[in-house]
Amino acid sequence: MNLMPDRNDPTAPRPASGWRLFWFAAPSRFYALTNRLVPLCWLVAIGFAAAGLYIGFFIAPTDAVQGDAYRIIFIHVPTAWMSMLLYLVMAFWAAIGWAFKARLASMVAESIAPTGAVFTFLALWTGALWGRPTWGTYWVWDARLTTELILLFLYLGYIALVNAIDDRRRADQAGALLAVVGSINVPIIYFSVQWWNTLHQGATISVTAAPKMASTMLTAMLLMTVACWAYAFAVVFMRTRAYILERDSHTGWVCELRQRRIER
Amino acid sequence: MSLRHSAADPSLSEGSPEPSPVPAAGSTATLAPVLLRTRALAGERGERRLFEALDLALEAGTVTWLRGRNGRGKTTLLRLLAGLSTPAEGDVWVQGRPVAERGVQGRRLCVYIGHQNALKEDLTATESLRFLARLHGLPHDDVALLAALRQLGIAQRRHALVRTLSQGQRRRVALARLALSRSAPLWLLDEPYDALDEDGIAALNEVIGAHALAGGAVLLTSHQTLSLSTPEPRVLDLENHAPRGLLAEAAPSAQPARQPSA
Amino acid sequence: MRQVFLCVLLRDLQLAARRRVDALLPLAFFIVALSLFPLGVGPEPETLRAIAPGIVWVCALLASMLSVGLLFNADAADGSLEQLLLAPAHAVAVAAAKSAAHWLLTGLPLLLATPLVGLAFGMSGPAVLALMASLLLGTPILSLLGALGAALTLGLRSGGMLLILVVLPLATPALIFGAGAVGMVEAGLSAEGHFSLLGALLVATAAGAPWATAAALRISTE
Repeated sequence: MNLMPDRNDPTAPRPASGWRLFWFAAPSRFYALTNRLVPLCWLVAIGFAAAGLYIGFFIAPTDAVQGDAYRIIFIHVPTAWMSMLLYLVMAFWAAIGWAFKARLASMVAESIAPTGAVFTFLALWTGALWGRPTWGTYWVWDARLTTELILLFLYLGYIALVNAIDDRRRADQAGALLAVVGSINVPIIYFSVQWWNTLHQGATISVTAAPKMASTMLTAMLLMTVACWAYAFAVVFMRTRAYILERDSHTGWVCELRQRRIER
Repeated sequence: MSLRHSAADPSLSEGSPEPSPVPAAGSTATLAPVLLRTRALAGERGERRLFEALDLALEAGTVTWLRGRNGRGKTTLLRLLAGLSTPAEGDVWVQGRPVAERGVQGRRLCVYIGHQNALKEDLTATESLRFLARLHGLPHDDVALLAALRQLGIAQRRHALVRTLSQGQRRRVALARLALSRSAPLWLLDEPYDALDEDGIAALNEVIGAHALAGGAVLLTSHQTLSLSTPEPRVLDLENHAPRGLLAEAAPSAQPARQPSA
Repeated sequence: MRQVFLCVLLRDLQLAARRRVDALLPLAFFIVALSLFPLGVGPEPETLRAIAPGIVWVCALLASMLSVGLLFNADAADGSLEQLLLAPAHAVAVAAAKSAAHWLLTGLPLLLATPLVGLAFGMSGPAVLALMASLLLGTPILSLLGALGAALTLGLRSGGMLLILVVLPLATPALIFGAGAVGMVEAGLSAEGHFSLLGALLVATAAGAPWATAAALRISTE
């Protein structure tokens, strides 16, 4: 991995004493770094998912009340957490991109959005599949599922807005504003939907309360969570790399890269 | 060539190979106060850089004609100077203060009249002018409004809905705000002569000339040669500040000598 | 700041007075959309009374969102928006004035039409009053959020639908508290909790949304 200052990349910051942190803010260096990271993330994702699903579906004991149907929780809960967390992460990077005019941060935020939407969609689906045997119907308008639905709309709104604006700078800034406003609203929405209806099972994993689940279930849950994070990193990095190549296609280092690919 | 020469100089145009003198940090006693200054200003539209390394100083009592072919960034530059957009590079100062931090008082120093007239079709000429005057904190009593409209020669249509006015008449109503804006020293006008007939041009020249003589500074764009003679307008040609890529797109015969910016 | 606020507000009202038919279109939409429900759901009085708070709120939401898109578009088209942003006051004054004008021209008429609607749906007296109170608190929230959405989507091709998609999730708490309050009153319970939450939401939105709208206006006119 070449970490030397890139003469061909006009946006690469030159290192100064306080600037180590922003080293990878240059698209070219980010691209170089993620070359190694993406396959690693995929490896972790697949490995941990395999382990988590195996434990969850075959080793963890059958639940006294819900039977085997509860096992969908090993996909539902991690994806639901991810959907909420990714929105905040997306808003964070979008805000950084807006405040510091860092294009890469805005690109990362834009890359997170579809993944977040996918996780939300998965959470809704698995929630419905879980609901069928437990509540008797596929869809119930309970607090958690409804919040997930609204979260999906928030993601779709962000994606639609950023896609509709042709001017990249305006798109980055408008998206950042919307993401920040959305994140402020997420707790309010959550609270209001809770207020509106409470049917959903109480939280079974929390930092303060003792877990109500058997330790194998907990292990499986945590393995799946790590797998989801690794998957998210892998996919977001891949998407960001694609955006970088697309938007910086006129810079020196991308042209060089293209040359090298052609020669290969 | 730098525009920080004294007012006695002939109008500055590209092509002169004289090296510009290094300006002192502060203006000399013979120079008028600088109302607007830029340093290494660069502007872009979308991803395209239109001009760069622009060092500009607008002095009191001057009228500057901003020239350039279509697409060279004249409107972009005016919007940057007005504070409507942020530059890709460089700084802009109005009376010593950076434009981005000028605050409420700072906005009173500058009048920007853009390409469009900012008139609502459903209001009368007087009502439109009254709104713009009130909005910008200018005198908006009936007497002042009438006098302003009269100066631009549109007083006889002052009760007509803007919808019924011709393009030239609407332009006169939009420009009538200038007659009320004597207290704002800096005027930035984008194509003010657009659609004006001879009388309109003469009226506008009078207003601009009076403002400059009173110590204001005017920066305007126009595709036609100015007929304004007092004061003699200076020329700022954006061709001199276009990046190389942009110049290469132009016809070879139009390449001016690239001026060293001070 | 107050000068700019009043100036912009009065001008918008003046413009609406010159185009009275256009100004009443949101109200017309509101009434028409509401009338579709009995046609679709059936004229059963019990059903209609039960769904009335919800559908009135949803139709108010849609009517607001459809009209708010025009808030800044006309001004952007003729160059007035640039002049508004150059006025010697923070852009917050402009954003607040526009939101206020929108509420006066859309929210207030809806509010005044509510008793008629209540009658049509067979709602009880207290329920109608509760509905009016909830709309009184809720429609300003919709105008404020709508202005933010309109500023973000200024000048975009997909404007209208995009605006609705962007603003609707943000407006759901208001919808929940507002419609819920009326439901509580109809069930004979106290709606104090709902109303105080709605009020708090209004205060929070009024404090925050104009600033966000001002930022969005700057972004959209760069």
